Amino acid sequence: MGEKRVIVVGGGLAGLAAAVRIAEQGVPVDLFSMVPVKRSHSVCAQGGINAANEVAKQQGYSEYQHFDETLIGGDYLADQGPVLEMTNYAPKIIDLLDRMGVPFNRTDEGYLALRMFGGSLFKRTQFAGASTGQQLLYALDEQTRRFAAEGKVTMYEFWEFLWPVLEGEGDDRRCVGIVAQDMRTMQIRSFRGDAVIMATGGCGIIFGKSTNSVICTGGAASRCYQAGAWYANPEMIQVHPTAIPGADKCRLMSESARGEGGRVWVPRKKGDPRPGHEIPEDERWYFLEERYPKYKNLVPRDIASREIFDVCVNDGMGVYGENQVYLDLTHKPREFLDRRLGAILEIYEKFVGEDPRVTPMRIFPSVHYSMGGMWTGFEPGDAVPDEPVAHVHQPGETPPIGTEPGHGMKFGAPNNMMTNITGLYAFGEVNFAYHGATRLGANSLLSCIFDGLYCGMSVVNYINDCAPAGEVSQSVYDSAVKQEQDKHDALISASETGIDDPDTNPYTIAKEMGVMMTEASSVVKTGEGLQRCLDGLKSLRERFSRVRLGDGSAWTNQTLSFTRAVGDMLILAETIVKGGLLRKESRGSHYRLDYPERDDANFMKTTVVEFVPDAEDQHRVFYRDVIAPYIKARPRKYGKTDDAKETPKAEKEAATSV
Amino acid sequence: MATKAAPNRTVRFRIKRCDGPGKPSYWHEFDVVPEKNANVISCLKQIAEHPVTASGQKVSPPVWDSGCLEEVCGACTMVVNGKVRQTCTCLVDVYAPNNGDTITLEPMSKFPVVRDLWVDRQRLFHNLTRIKGWVPIDNTYALGPGPKESPEKQQVRYKLSECMSCGCCLEACPQFQLETNESKWDDAFIGANAISQVRYFNEHQTGKQLKSDRLDTMSEKGGISDCGNAQNCVKVCPKEIPLTESIGAVGRAVTIHSIASFFSRK
Repeated sequence: MGEKRVIVVGGGLAGLAAAVRIAEQGVPVDLFSMVPVKRSHSVCAQGGINAANEVAKQQGYSEYQHFDETLIGGDYLADQGPVLEMTNYAPKIIDLLDRMGVPFNRTDEGYLALRMFGGSLFKRTQFAGASTGQQLLYALDEQTRRFAAEGKVTMYEFWEFLWPVLEGEGDDRRCVGIVAQDMRTMQIRSFRGDAVIMATGGCGIIFGKSTNSVICTGGAASRCYQAGAWYANPEMIQVHPTAIPGADKCRLMSESARGEGGRVWVPRKKGDPRPGHEIPEDERWYFLEERYPKYKNLVPRDIASREIFDVCVNDGMGVYGENQVYLDLTHKPREFLDRRLGAILEIYEKFVGEDPRVTPMRIFPSVHYSMGGMWTGFEPGDAVPDEPVAHVHQPGETPPIGTEPGHGMKFGAPNNMMTNITGLYAFGEVNFAYHGATRLGANSLLSCIFDGLYCGMSVVNYINDCAPAGEVSQSVYDSAVKQEQDKHDALISASETGIDDPDTNPYTIAKEMGVMMTEASSVVKTGEGLQRCLDGLKSLRERFSRVRLGDGSAWTNQTLSFTRAVGDMLILAETIVKGGLLRKESRGSHYRLDYPERDDANFMKTTVVEFVPDAEDQHRVFYRDVIAPYIKARPRKYGKTDDAKETPKAEKEAATSV
Repeated sequence: MATKAAPNRTVRFRIKRCDGPGKPSYWHEFDVVPEKNANVISCLKQIAEHPVTASGQKVSPPVWDSGCLEEVCGACTMVVNGKVRQTCTCLVDVYAPNNGDTITLEPMSKFPVVRDLWVDRQRLFHNLTRIKGWVPIDNTYALGPGPKESPEKQQVRYKLSECMSCGCCLEACPQFQLETNESKWDDAFIGANAISQVRYFNEHQTGKQLKSDRLDTMSEKGGISDCGNAQNCVKVCPKEIPLTESIGAVGRAVTIHSIASFFSRK
């Protein structure tokens, strides 16, 4: 029944990189996206993409050090093999993007320009202005368009993924296609595929306002979870330290602003009424620089977010007494700023109405990225040391492991980034690999493209050996379609034009979920707060069971699509909160006020959640040891000064006495 | 924002609606008390949550397209008070600072309406295929770096590459017309964004390999000679891409290309 084909769900960087790599192998690809792929959320990535480059290498940097930084950045929660493979592969990705025509910033001589980024003391970030994600996505969009024009990739834009089609039981269970819905005609149908790659991104919309695009609901991941795919480290949600709070979302102000010299500060005088640029140097408190003299403003994001939160919420030292701090670039020349950060400065100007080249920007942390995601496996590579290295790698030392492919994760192994369901893969932000408990800035574009290119080959190898989906009984597909059609019809029958009772309104329920989640499960968490949130989510799910839609239309029913996603978001939200409640330690982005220390003995483990539909508590949590053969976990301090915790109090007293 | 907007004011939204292709358009008006730092999108969300018109009629929530809400994806483009723009950056404090001010929202007119404010811009992407908008690399294997490029040239290409395919330039163009019949797309005027992309790809050392094909497309029906030089495109481009400069550059390249082809044919 025709040749074997691969379904890719999601047209961001991970999905497009996979589509291009797989189509290039001569395998037909069907690409599904809720939006024209050029509008995927990857466009929002700003700062750059990390890789050990020649300049940094000749200053003592290495792929291995990038690996080491990524592990400690993630507070040792990531399985180490895939991270090693990714950082070793990274320079190849930069070269490829360069060949694709990405307009990376250049040095005077015409080589790729570099900038600083968080978690490193080397310039190892390549960039295209301050819209690197957009530029990378466009390059892959262009290559995908080329394959589409040649008939090797078939585009299904404005199609929403509803369910993975599974056949078989137990060990024989495998994914053989998907059910999807045309968002315009509302037609629901199945598609056969010998393998399915989920590349559907993050779930920031669960938190209401985040830096994410409106499509980043996590709905697709939740549906796979409900179909039996494991979800891992759901509690690991990154809060980005610098965003502009808005009525509809929080807009990202790239870490590259700090990488290019941006300084974070608040007035030393509490509630100082003067505008930032009128406050003299000695009356400014550069709290990150003071507390972290080595990394200064470029500590990892979770640390910066907590410090900003601490200064504003605990100390009440925010600018104008509000929850905001300055991100200051005004000391930099205008021409420099325009050339390297123009895109984000324009965003700030458009939304706030102030010129950040003249007035320091006012920012606050916002939910940004999900390190957790669908659980994926991998085949270990051939680097097998007797025990993990305890020695701290120093710049210039010869790395103990080389950069050839296959040391960390075996090249082409069919199970690389495959979920616990055979034939179902997860690439990019939607998987849990690579970033552990905090993602370093400029590593996300890398992991997305790495998955597509490197693990794309794994998918090709898998379908070469699997039994063809074309031979699977049509009834398997028909029953999956019926399940989704029934859900759809039930929602339609719960509609009444214009109904707006807040108790059962999907938009109101989503809004309440967002507030609840941001409050209990973002920068600072407590057991009590998480439990309250879990109870709150339960009552929202009860209300959702009685949800009423204001639109019963059979054509382009956006309310229906959103409502369906709200139900799926509530389920995923429960895993985020439950994962956080059970992880009684602090690690990376997961900070428990009641358990402030990292606890490697009990929690250097991956949280894995399995959906049990008929159980009272539907989320069965179990733990798997982190696979850490290469580097021994070290304390994660980033050179924080010993007296740092004393500093704010002293400052505060000094400040209030002014 | 410099503008002082009245607190707790009511803003009237006039929204042009349409239930689907081929269906008639009609208007609904909604009163909204904007949130702090509201934009058009946050007001649309308020309306969706409470879809009751100013006259008290319960209606279905309006349908609209949106994505990043940071003006980099291009999705939320609409006609606001008669002018095309992204609605995420359309701040309500600026557009409607006083109690009772009205904001009128219409779908773009050069693309077929799917429903309400959502239009189908597939033709825009089709046109990028028409001009072979890609760099023809051999493959995705590690073959070393791409061509070196001067920072000056990079700055030119970067600006052109910021085009997010929103379609503002096409909405404002007197030559670019609504065309619902897909089979006619290849003969219809291609528009400023695609012309600018021709320049973008032809400026790249490897992209240049398809220069001749692109200029052929530009010489054909619907190509650059259909541009009426109204220069509306450059005025509405949210990314301030030098579209007329691109049109000039591609125009000159087409002339040279035609002369060269004329002689090479002999």
